[in-house]
Amino acid sequence: MRRVAITGAGTVNALGHDVVSTYAALAAGQGGIGPLDMPDLDRLAIKIGAQVRGWDASAQFSAREMSLLDPFAQFAVAAARQAMAQSGLIVTDDLANRAGVILGTAGGGLSTTNDSYRAVYAEGKNRVAPFTVPRLMASAGASHISMAFNLRGPSFTTASACASSNHAMGLAFQMLRGGAADVILAGGSEAMLNFGGLKAWEALRVMSPDGCRPFCASRAGMVQGEGGAVFVFEDMIHARARGAPILAEVLGFAMTSDASDIVMPSQEGAERAMQMAIQDAGLLPQDVDYINAHGTGTAANDRIETAAIRRVFGKYADELAISSTKSMHGHLIGGAGAVELLPCLMALDQGIIAPTIGYQTADPDCDLNVIPNIATRRSVRVAMSNAFAFGGMNAVLILGRA
Amino acid sequence: MTDVITLSKTESQIIGIIAAQAMIDAGTLSAQTKLADLALDSLMMVEVVFGLEEAFDIAIPFNANTNSPEFDLTSIFSIAAAIDALRA
Repeated sequence: MRRVAITGAGTVNALGHDVVSTYAALAAGQGGIGPLDMPDLDRLAIKIGAQVRGWDASAQFSAREMSLLDPFAQFAVAAARQAMAQSGLIVTDDLANRAGVILGTAGGGLSTTNDSYRAVYAEGKNRVAPFTVPRLMASAGASHISMAFNLRGPSFTTASACASSNHAMGLAFQMLRGGAADVILAGGSEAMLNFGGLKAWEALRVMSPDGCRPFCASRAGMVQGEGGAVFVFEDMIHARARGAPILAEVLGFAMTSDASDIVMPSQEGAERAMQMAIQDAGLLPQDVDYINAHGTGTAANDRIETAAIRRVFGKYADELAISSTKSMHGHLIGGAGAVELLPCLMALDQGIIAPTIGYQTADPDCDLNVIPNIATRRSVRVAMSNAFAFGGMNAVLILGRA
Repeated sequence: MTDVITLSKTESQIIGIIAAQAMIDAGTLSAQTKLADLALDSLMMVEVVFGLEEAFDIAIPFNANTNSPEFDLTSIFSIAAAIDALRA
């Protein structure tokens, strides 16, 4: 089977509008969660989030592009441009048919949906913008990236709630490994952080009003984020032949389904996903140095994820470095796995493990080394990224040092 | 029997909402009934809170992660008292 390299990375999220600024915030433990800035805030019960601040889309996109790009697609396209620039990849006519794009998103163009519903229902208008459908379709981000870079091979979008991006990147890995393509831009994005999106999340009663504190005894739920990340996944031989920068190697991937509950996570499903990913990578549990946890900051997830890690890693669990960077960039829902691959790349490349910030009080049910509040230095050869979605869809990726 | 006779209007409404969610006969519930005894799962609890908010036009500060110490969901009686306090 072929090996798969990551040769470029790009991102827009609450910590920064590129990888360098995101790494700086992750290493400094500087969170992007703060008071929300949006219309009708007084009608929301939850008034915090990890918004992408200072985002001037019109500086990046033409008026024509702006009319076609929902913020979720803007984040994806901007991230893809950065990733392609770093990778130095030129998509020749020969390569085009062997190149694709696979992105994850849970909701797609929800800003467009939100604005259009407001127009027809609240404002009584009888028409919406002409490109409402191509803006809101969940595959719009992948389509725009395929057009921007002439990617004519396998291209589509995955939706599995909070595991969407990990499924997208995992499928890209499998397709490259199996020879279905030579290059796939993979990742995901989400822009659910608007009035309608927050109203929906509020209703579920799992949002924290005062910060995201994963694995902490005082944790009070999740905090929503927005943004995305895109990576150039490339056949290792192809990458080496053109002298590409190799940021990491994708070693393994596994996906499982709990088949049990639409919101409550299952320990067994999470365990199986981690075990199978380790097996897929041809590794042993003790080969893993760092886990970027799903770590939502909800009472149930963090307790069950801890138990699952203890079961999979046994006595070695206490030697693992584990952090939930959702404490900083918020929960990006379908874009979560993509942005959370960045702290994995940073750990592999720089030996800096991003912390779990906001941590106050130890919880005996979450007693792993969660790197509280301050980043730590450690040589990381293998990093694992967990995504355990609502509806019981689990996807785990394993990366190795380049 | 005195429980049934002395049910307030608020308590009666609460019992109706909870009985519907728990799929049990409202006649088996009293003001003293504790929600913990009704085998309500987390989804049912969220539906109960939503039902109460809709019925009484109130906003209940309920967070499934923290069990909302500021709004006492222990029993029919405690819920009624909390609702009356919110509406006072």
